[in-house]
Amino acid sequence: MQWLLIAISLAFMGLFLVMPLYAVFHEALRQGVGVFFQSLQSRDAQSAIRLTLLVAAIAVPLNVVFGICAAWAIAKYEFKGKAFLITLIDLPFSVSPVISGLVYVLLFGSGSLLGPWLRANGVEILFAVPGIVLATIFVTFPFVARELIPLMQDQGTGDEEAAISLGANGWQTFFRVTLPNIKWGLLYGVLLCNARAMGEFGAVAVVSGKIRGQTTTMPLQVEMLYNEYNGTAAFALASLLALLALVTLVLKSILEWRFGDELAASGRH
Amino acid sequence: MQVSVKNVRKEFDRFPALHDVSLDIVSGELIALLGPSGSGKTTLLRLIAGLEYPTSGAIYFGDEDASHKSVQERNVGFVFQHYALFRHMTILENVSFGLKVRPRETRPAAAEIRRKALELLDLVQLSGLEKRYPNQLSGGQRQRVALARALAIEPRVLLLDEPFGALDAQVRRELRKWLREIHDRTGHTTVFVTHDQEEALELSDRLCVMSQGRIEQVGTPDDVYDRPASPFVFGFIGESSELPATVENGEFWVDGRAIGVAATDQAPGKGKLYFRPHDVDLVEADAALAGVVAGHRRVGGTRRVELSVGGDHRKVELDLPFDHPAGEKTRLAFRPRRWRFFPEAV
Amino acid sequence: MATAAPIRAGWRLKQPSVIPGFGLTLGFTLTYFSLIILIPLIALMLRAAGIGPAGFWAAATDPRVLASLRTSFTTALIAASINVVFGTLIAWVLVRYRFPGRRVFDAIVDLPFALPTAVAGIALTAIYAPSGSIGALFAPLGIRIAYTPIGIVIAMVFIGLPFVVRTVQPILEEVSREIEEASATLGANRFQTITRVILPGLAPAILTGFALAFARAVGEYGSVIFIAGNIPFVSEIAPLLIVIRLEEFNYTGAAVIATVMLSISFLMLLFINLVQAWSRKRYGYGN
Repeated sequence: MQWLLIAISLAFMGLFLVMPLYAVFHEALRQGVGVFFQSLQSRDAQSAIRLTLLVAAIAVPLNVVFGICAAWAIAKYEFKGKAFLITLIDLPFSVSPVISGLVYVLLFGSGSLLGPWLRANGVEILFAVPGIVLATIFVTFPFVARELIPLMQDQGTGDEEAAISLGANGWQTFFRVTLPNIKWGLLYGVLLCNARAMGEFGAVAVVSGKIRGQTTTMPLQVEMLYNEYNGTAAFALASLLALLALVTLVLKSILEWRFGDELAASGRH
Repeated sequence: MQVSVKNVRKEFDRFPALHDVSLDIVSGELIALLGPSGSGKTTLLRLIAGLEYPTSGAIYFGDEDASHKSVQERNVGFVFQHYALFRHMTILENVSFGLKVRPRETRPAAAEIRRKALELLDLVQLSGLEKRYPNQLSGGQRQRVALARALAIEPRVLLLDEPFGALDAQVRRELRKWLREIHDRTGHTTVFVTHDQEEALELSDRLCVMSQGRIEQVGTPDDVYDRPASPFVFGFIGESSELPATVENGEFWVDGRAIGVAATDQAPGKGKLYFRPHDVDLVEADAALAGVVAGHRRVGGTRRVELSVGGDHRKVELDLPFDHPAGEKTRLAFRPRRWRFFPEAV
Repeated sequence: MATAAPIRAGWRLKQPSVIPGFGLTLGFTLTYFSLIILIPLIALMLRAAGIGPAGFWAAATDPRVLASLRTSFTTALIAASINVVFGTLIAWVLVRYRFPGRRVFDAIVDLPFALPTAVAGIALTAIYAPSGSIGALFAPLGIRIAYTPIGIVIAMVFIGLPFVVRTVQPILEEVSREIEEASATLGANRFQTITRVILPGLAPAILTGFALAFARAVGEYGSVIFIAGNIPFVSEIAPLLIVIRLEEFNYTGAAVIATVMLSISFLMLLFINLVQAWSRKRYGYGN
């Protein structure tokens, strides 16, 4: 019975999780290693990789700052409306990625209040990098905060009160006491936030305008190549993203095994 | 139901948890398995329940060899230290569970199950709480539900694993008394595991003292307290002091001095002399144990004095009347009134 | 003689604390949240509301919109149901059994969280297309998987699986061996123990996992559009129709579909919170 259940579970996971992963690498290398590297070196691919890195480099730190602020406010103080705020922070998770992009199109697009003014002043948000960054921030908004909130709530306020009673000011308390306590949880949140930021498709697709070589991130470039029946090039670029996913999973597992106690117990996501 | 454990040995991954243990549990008695952690007492209880199977040896329920029967077939009531109540069921559903899962042929009618469960809740003094969930009860109430649930299946033996271990002292004392009453009223053969000697002495008809996977002594509380069979039992149950002593010329000698205590029925040789703080007489004689008071504290109505004895300052404890004038550094001489001598193993 | 300062009674936002930074952190949190999430969402709803109730109703009940919503919700429902069965089974196997490779499989459960959806989409399409390794097995039987609603379900199963596993797993770890032993000593056989003791105890977690997987599947875009075929009235999902409306510059039409989807998502979120609050109150656990 036990082995039957294990077999069913592993077969299901093999079919739905492992096979797609394998398929990515299999398709990418179908025409040999040479073609694989050639397609990664094309100008468009290179520019997509650079844009993806740039977007993550802006979105992730902003969400880290937000995550720390939100967790600090929620974990260290008792105030009215706290439970509601926690629910609100999770809100973007229940919004379709397409809608996450759509909201910015409606806010900054031609039919909006801001649109004409932006155009008159030459500010490009939609179909440009700022729009992509905004959409990415939206979809990755809760990752760091939801990792840190339960962790910092568990840790309580004792350490900070001790530091302050010993004469430390707020910044000293944060950098010398709080940050060392939450560093692994923070890293865990950053890891997940980054994976989603680099891989986001739906939200970015809506705001990017898909201008080749300018506003296509890696996932968008994968789609364009795929729709042009350039399967090998699409899977080559996709294999880089799959590799990123694997590295994320490995690092995440290492964090869970080594520092499980220092991650929030409820934060296994 | 008489339960006999015959030469049972139990190994976990080659590590022996019980060595060749035999124990007869008399029908209707309340027996305590007492010992420190790691002594094998919980393992023995789980073997009787059928939650574990012996590596060798046999367990009899009456005349029937139950060694290979499953836990379901043995029909035992088991009460867990952390209650193990089903959290998604009400109290009534918890208590009726054992009857509801019976095969159709032996299952009582629904109304009968309900009547019986309510009756048991009445027995454990929880009437009126049957619609609550375990989460809404206190620890003591949960443990009473657990007992009612175990009794519902009309078990042949009732087994309790540290039933009061997770409760605070006050509740524990109340439940102890109450368990004794339930036992006297229902007459189930009951085995309970505890590491609390006070609980075992107060509650049980007989105690089975265990250490390192072996049974050290089985007997009534008086037997075990007054006539401990081994140095371990003497040290583990009640307060005691020990001194190295020698038997020579029918007398005990400590530090080369006769102490004025006759070594009746003892063979000459070295060993250890055990006695309890309240079993000593203060004397004014040279042939006695003597020492200097190193500290004292009040214990209830008496004064417990720590005495430093002999050249190597061994500590022994005596009980003195509350108003005895002895203070720090006072010299006292005494003789044990009751004692046990355990010769060194040769 | 000094009198003690009167204690200020009545409403106050926050309990006193010696730790500094409340104003700064809460201020930044609320500002950032408002700018990034709240104002854009309100703009969306205003846009949808701008055409008046009649216009909104007409746009929301357009046959193609209704068909896409129906496709999205039915496929998501089927996928979430499949995930409940297999997700619970996988959680059970990962918690209860020890077998070689367990940790690796435990880690792989999170793959759908980490793998970009577009990558998952093209990979699943490659496998389930009539020429793909699994699609080719079914093609001779006349069963097409990719480019039909079946393909949509498959993509949704992929992205929803970790939600069920990761909600059930911690609760299952909490169910102690003692509970199962207690059930056995009361005479219950293995089957009764599982169906009457373990599964009912897991019900709130399973329900939460189901709702999370369902909510995610309904909104999913990247992994679905490649395998879906995107035929209007058959395999066109609601998020895709939003994108199509945008490409037609019908911003209001897009906003209306989005508002309908958002309202349903928020109801789901409310439902999840209620289940958890109820479960915590009654059973003393939940997550």
